[in-house]
This record gives sequence, structure tokens and C-alpha cells, in this order.
Amino acid sequence: MGLWRALLLALCLLGIGSVARAQSIEPALPLLASSSYSDIEKGIETLAASGHAHALTILQALADSKLFVGADKAVIQSADGKFTDAKSGQAAVNAQGLTAPRVNNRIRRAIDAAMGTLTIKSPDPAKRLEAAASVFKTRDLAARPLIETALAKETDSRVRRAFEQARAALILADKASDADKLAAIAILADRGDQDARAILAAVNDASPAVTAAAKSAVERIDSTLAIWNAVQSVYYGISLGSVLLLAAIGLAITFGVMGVINMAHGEMVMLGAYTTFAVQEIIRTSMPSLFDWSLAIALPLAFLVSGGVGMAIERGIIRFLYGRPLETLLATFGLSLILQQAVRTIFGANNREVGNPSWMSGAFELGGLTLTYNRMWIIVFSIVVLAALMVLLRRTAFGLQMRAVTQNRRMAASMGIRTSWVDCLTFGLGSGIAGIAGVALSQIDNVSPNLGQGYIIDSFMVVVFGGVGNLWGTLVGALSLGIANKLLEPMAGAVLGKIIVLVLIVLFIQRKPRGLFPLKGRAAEA
Amino acid sequence: MTKIWKNIAFGAAMSAAVAIAGAAPVLAQETIKVGVLHSLSGTMAISETTLKDVMLMLIEEQNKKGGLLGKKLEAVVVDPASNWPLFAEKARELISVQKVAATFGCWTSVSRKSVLPVFEELNSILFYPVQYEGEESSKNIFYTGAAPNQQAIPAVDYLMKDEKVQRWVLAGTDYVYPRTTNKILEAYLQQKGVKAEDIMINYTPFGHSDWQTIVANIKKFGSAGKKTAVVSTINGDANVPFYKELANQGVKAKDIPVVAFSVGEEELAGIDTAPLVGHLAAWNYFQSVKNADNDAFIAKWKAFTKNPKRVTNDPMEAHVIGFNMWVKAVEKAGTTDPKAVIDSIIGISVPNLSGGYSTMMPNHHITKPVLIGEVKADGQFETVWQTSGLVVGDEWSDYLEGSKDLIADWRAPMTCGNFNVKSGKCGGAGK
Repeated sequence: MGLWRALLLALCLLGIGSVARAQSIEPALPLLASSSYSDIEKGIETLAASGHAHALTILQALADSKLFVGADKAVIQSADGKFTDAKSGQAAVNAQGLTAPRVNNRIRRAIDAAMGTLTIKSPDPAKRLEAAASVFKTRDLAARPLIETALAKETDSRVRRAFEQARAALILADKASDADKLAAIAILADRGDQDARAILAAVNDASPAVTAAAKSAVERIDSTLAIWNAVQSVYYGISLGSVLLLAAIGLAITFGVMGVINMAHGEMVMLGAYTTFAVQEIIRTSMPSLFDWSLAIALPLAFLVSGGVGMAIERGIIRFLYGRPLETLLATFGLSLILQQAVRTIFGANNREVGNPSWMSGAFELGGLTLTYNRMWIIVFSIVVLAALMVLLRRTAFGLQMRAVTQNRRMAASMGIRTSWVDCLTFGLGSGIAGIAGVALSQIDNVSPNLGQGYIIDSFMVVVFGGVGNLWGTLVGALSLGIANKLLEPMAGAVLGKIIVLVLIVLFIQRKPRGLFPLKGRAAEA
Repeated sequence: MTKIWKNIAFGAAMSAAVAIAGAAPVLAQETIKVGVLHSLSGTMAISETTLKDVMLMLIEEQNKKGGLLGKKLEAVVVDPASNWPLFAEKARELISVQKVAATFGCWTSVSRKSVLPVFEELNSILFYPVQYEGEESSKNIFYTGAAPNQQAIPAVDYLMKDEKVQRWVLAGTDYVYPRTTNKILEAYLQQKGVKAEDIMINYTPFGHSDWQTIVANIKKFGSAGKKTAVVSTINGDANVPFYKELANQGVKAKDIPVVAFSVGEEELAGIDTAPLVGHLAAWNYFQSVKNADNDAFIAKWKAFTKNPKRVTNDPMEAHVIGFNMWVKAVEKAGTTDPKAVIDSIIGISVPNLSGGYSTMMPNHHITKPVLIGEVKADGQFETVWQTSGLVVGDEWSDYLEGSKDLIADWRAPMTCGNFNVKSGKCGGAGK
């Protein structure tokens, strides 16, 4: 296979040199239309070697599954649904009688390799960078002469480095002199990431000097990666903590401030997630261009839906049960089951699809860390929600009334505050915040009727651990639980890690029953 | 909402049927009852509700063909609410109070373990439609889902041969099915010469949603210079965040493929499949399989649920096979008496929907083809590999100490679920 490919690429090089050569994609078409993966792979190589002006476009279309082929014809469908003939670039009527080539992982790798070799000479540095990365990954030995010529001409320093790394990866997979190999090892050791480590770890050369150099390079990379790993664990901990914080923050109001044991808190989160689903569903059918804004639209709606349901619950059930924690617990637990089954009946038992807007997909690299956008935005979002809530409680009239009512109900009442109305609004606020937490959680978790159950225990744990009635406590509690969990997980595994954290919390509560930041003064006794 | 209407419509249809036969009320009462024991509420409702609907459809269809032994079939649906002890209670109710002729039900292994003693005690029949960990064979249970050798082992073989995988991550949810399957796989891989350091085993709790650390570890494990794959026995709900995290951290199927044993069309219907494209699943049936039987079944299912987007999946196919086998066995025995049916069903062949015949073997498992599929952007699977013939379900794994000498054979002279071929005795080392 390798020889075959090298031959084709040599032909391809010649082909690029002399424009007069027949540049036909015809031989590739029946291969691409074949049902055998080996034939399709050969077709891709033939296509890449054809030197046809549209070869790259055709490959790109194949990668995006927008290509339809027959024995002598290929048609590309553009994003707006129109068809163009792949050979001539002219408009085509339709793709009738043509089939989409079968694609599996092997074919995807072949496409990557072919596109890598084809874009090495692209005038766009970003494309060349991609090509270098693709050669680095696929390690297609046949691409080496191309890389060498490209490297000689390259002026952009970033692309140059990428080409050098790609060449190093090829040299280590190929026959080369010891000196070349040692130089390649040095380049990869300099790159120092996991991909470089993978290549170096696979080096098993006849020459002991090369093998030893690769081994010591791996060790060096490992020691730097170990530091990054520790940083990464802490970051993951903060990320998990921010999710816990979001889930718990509404409960910090209803349970922490009002003292209501609300077992239906998780279902408020779930309602928020389903609101997001409903919003996205409407956007998908009526105005797809707004999709990236769907979360922003869903936020206020989720707050209103969950807050409204919360107020209805307070008026309908909880206000008759103040001061009777056991009955409240049972009533809200029953309510959570009712809400779950209601959602199951309306939306069905299956998970509902909530998509990630483009700005919440993917990741970026920061040193040795891979930071995913969705987790990063959730950290930011949880801090914003907490800050907004703090401001609301401390700087607004409603916040003042709320604190007054929870601290001394009778005195607040005699000052002219409608205490039952404040109770209702406070409960609505806590539920509404749970709803907007649901919008965020819909991005990282399943939107199913059981969504809330997964968070209810963690939420109570955070609030109790942090200290009932104290928002700072909730923040510190959530973050420390998240970080403890993530530091333990690599050592003890996810299951045992969770158990250890739980045991530690139980022990902690034994010593400090009021949590990390207990309320002090007369309010604590009330 | 549609479901309620469907139930009402179904109820109306049933009462209409009774009304039509009203001229001879004594005859109309004589129906054959079929139990449907699937959770319609609680955590498992997500998967099991569909199976209940399939059973209703199959029974309705059989009644249109004139019923069974000249009698109409009647579905008795109960809701064990994802509550394992309740499964046993509801099973007892179905058998003792409702006097059902056979029961179709259960999803999780723990629910099956919970009802097993009830079915054995009252000598009734259960058809269990879900792929499971094996290491069991009961006289009263017919396992129409895949045993590990009909799913897990061929999938690993495929990865080893076609994708040249040398390093393995066995990731699963922490309960009996993944633990047993991974034990079998680990033994199998080591037998194939994979070193212990090239196998990473990881368990997570049910509904695990924070996969950052684990995906980072998989990436790290995959950077040892050898082709790496993940064999996932991660259960239902935890899969979505797992695949999302994989996609977000840039782990692509072409680099580190994930082959899943619990992710089918129904599970994919609820998620954004773009990040999953290229990841694999091993089943005995895919909706995308092209043949006349399957096309007809899909069309019937869409018409029955009045939803053109409804998908079909492997456990549904298992129920179709199980139900057809039971119907044939009852016709052969001429009675619905479980004792007679248990004897008559062995050796019965019915068409499966993957384009072949499935046969009930003496160990109460069936023969099936094994398909490996890659997830496509539309949430369907593209079959990339399949076994050339049918694979017989192996109840006692050949790769585990303590079970490799055991076989099950429920035919007359042996009539044993764990016969030890070494000692020649029933009730060998397995139990």
C-alpha cells in the first residue's frame, strides 16, 4: 500500500510540474462509488494524485458528506442545497442516480492524509498549518518529499515550526540516519505535548543512542505534563464546583434563607432545562439564524417558568406547612415525583436534544491544559449569578425586606412588610435561580425528567457544608467539594472518590454542625 | 400526550373487539393473557416505555391475524416503576392473579435477578430482550438479547483486526453488567496477548456527568504511541455528557474510537449526534439494515406510534423475535401451558430483522448475527462489519474461571442450567 501511495504521489508531483498532463478525476469515480472500503480508500488516493484543480474541493465535500458519485459523474451539494458538477464546477440539476460514498474511520483518515498533502502548498498560511498538523497526525510517509520542498520555501515562522515537527514525526517513522533521528527527537521533545509524547514513546530504534534519547525525551515531557496535570485537576475541580454552585445557589435561598426543605428543587432545575429545549425547538423550526442566541433567550424564560411554578408551590402547599419540616419534606418529595411524571407525560420519557451554540463548543489550549468552552462559560456564568444575587440581597429594597422577614418575622410584619408576600417572592426567586441553573446544565447534561435528581443531594450537601443561610459559604462549599472530588478522582476513581468526599463531609458536620460559615448572633437562634 | 391518546385508542379498540364478539360473550372472555413487565415511570422509563409499545403492537398484529389457538391475545401491562423489588411483586401479580401465559419484560440485570425466583417458583415464562452479561441460565427465562460473545467479544475482535488497536480502555458504569463484561473482556484480551499495562479499567457512578478528568486520562492513556480504543459499557444517561466531553476535548473517532454496547438508535435520538460521528456500537440489529422484513417492521412501527421520526432498536428486535418464537412454540405445543411451551420452543426458528433466522438453543439463548456500526450524522448506524454467520449465545463465558466448564441444556435428559462438563454434575462451580 505504502509503495502504491508513494508512486501515486510521485506522479502527483510530476503532474503539478507539468500542467499539460491529463488531470482527470474519472479513474477515481468508480472507486469512490464502490461499496468496498479498500476501493474507496484507493479512490481517494487516486483523486489526490490526479492533480485536478477541484480535487481538494471534492475531498472537502466528501469529508462533509456533500459529495455524490456515480460511475462517471460526481456532484457536490452546497450548503444552500444547490448542486454543482464536481469536474467542471458548473451547476448541476440534481444528484439523481448518484450515491454518497460510504465513509468510515479508515476513509476519514485517508481523506485527512490526502487533504494534508494537497494543502501543503496552499497560499494561505492557516491552511498550511492545518496541512502540517494533518501530516503530523497521519504520518503518511509519502508526504515527506512534499514537506521537505515546502519547508525550504516556507517563510512564516509558525508554519515553519509546524512543518519541522511534521518532518520530525515522519523521520522517526521512516528510515533515516541517527543524526537526523536525534535532531527529530529534539524537535518533538521541544513540542512537549501528548501527541509528541505518543510518537516518542513508540520509538524503538535499532540504534541504542536514538532509543535512549527518545526515552529521556519522554521522561522530560512526562515531568512537565505532571505539573500541568495537577493544574488541570484544580481547574476541573473549579469547574465541577461551579456546576455544584449553580445547582445549589437557588437552594441556598429556599433552604438556606427560608429554611424550607425543598425536595422539588431539582425539578425546578429540570424545568429550566426543558424551557431551554422548548426555546431551541421553536428557534429551530422558525428562525434558525437565532440559534446562537437561544440560551440568552431561554434564561429569562426559564427564570419566569421555574419562578412561577415555585411561587405556585409556595402559595399552594408550602405556606401551610411552615414550621413543620417533616411534612414539608414529604410534600415536596411527592411534588418532585409529580413534576417528573408530568414532564415525562408531556415531553416523553426520552432525553430531549439541546444543542450547544457554537460559542459553547470546542476547546482551546492553554499551555498543557485543554479548556473546554462550555465548562469555562459555566464557571463565568455561576460567578455572575452569585454576584447578581448578592447585589439583590444587599442593595435592593426587596433584599432588605427578605432579610428582615427571615430574621424576625413578627417585627418585620409590624413594620408594615407583607411577610407572606415576601415569603412567596423569596421562594419564587430561589426557584427561578434553579431554573436558570437548568439552562446552564442543559449544556453539559441530559435533558430528561430525571435531570434534577442527580443534583438534589449534591445541592443539599453544598448548602449544609457551606453553612445554612450564607451565600459565601455556598460558594466556598461548592468549590471545595468540587476540588476535593477532582483531586481524589484520579487516585481513587470516580465512585470511591465520591464516597470519600461524603464520609469527610459527615465527619466535618459532626464537628461543626452549622457548616463552614455559621450565622452568628441572634439571627442564628431564630 | 400522544401516548395517552394511544392508550385510550387501544382501550377503545379492545372494548370494540369485545363488543363485536359480544354475541358469544363466553367465548370473548377466553383470551390468552400476555404480561408486559416494563417500567413506565422512574429512571428506566426512558428505555422500557418503547418496549411496552412494541409488545402492544405485536399483540395487536397477532390478533388481526386471528389470534392464537383461536383465541384473542390480551396484553396485561403493569408498571414496576424502575423499582427492583416491585418487579418481583408485579411479576407475581401477573402470574398468580392475572394468570398470564407468558411475560415479556425487564431491562436491567438487577430487575431480571429480582424476578427470576418468582418465575422459577411459579413456573412461568419470561422473555428478556436486552443484551446482558451472561453467567446465568434459567429454565423459565428466554434470553433474546445478546450474551457477551454475541456483542462484546466480536466488537473487540473487530477493533483488534481492522483498527489495529493495541491499547484498551474499558470504561463502564459501576454495576453488574459492565463489571462482568469487563471481567470477561479483560480475560479475553490477556489471552490474546495484550499486556496488563495496556488495559485501563474505569468505573463511574450511574448518571455521571462530569467526565473532564476521565476524558483527560483517556487522552493521556492514548498518547503512549499505540493505537487506543475505548470499550464503553457506560449506561444510558451518562453517555451524553461523556460523548460531549470527548468531542469538546478534541478526541475524534478516527484517533480514539469508542465502541459502545448500550448506545442504540433510541439513545441517539435524544442527543446532538454531530460529535459522535464515527464512534462505534456493536449490536445484533440496526434500523439501517436493509431488507424487506425490517422495512416492513419500521413502517408498521411508525404507523403504530403515529410518529414518522420514531426509531427502532436492538431490544425491540429481540422482543419481535421472542414474541414470534413464543407464538410458534404455543402453536406447536397446542397449548399455552408453560411446561409444554418450555419444551416445544427449543429449536424453533423465526426470521430476525437483520436478514436471517434466529433459533432458540437448548441453553435458552438464541442465535444472532453480530453487527458493528459507526454513528452517522443522522443518528443512524452504518454497518461497517458483520459476522459471516450466526453466533450462538454462550451463557457461561469460556474466558472466566469457574464458568468455562459450565454449559446449560434444558432438554429432557439433562435439564440443567449449569452442568459442569468436567465433573459431569449439574450445579457445578458456577453457582
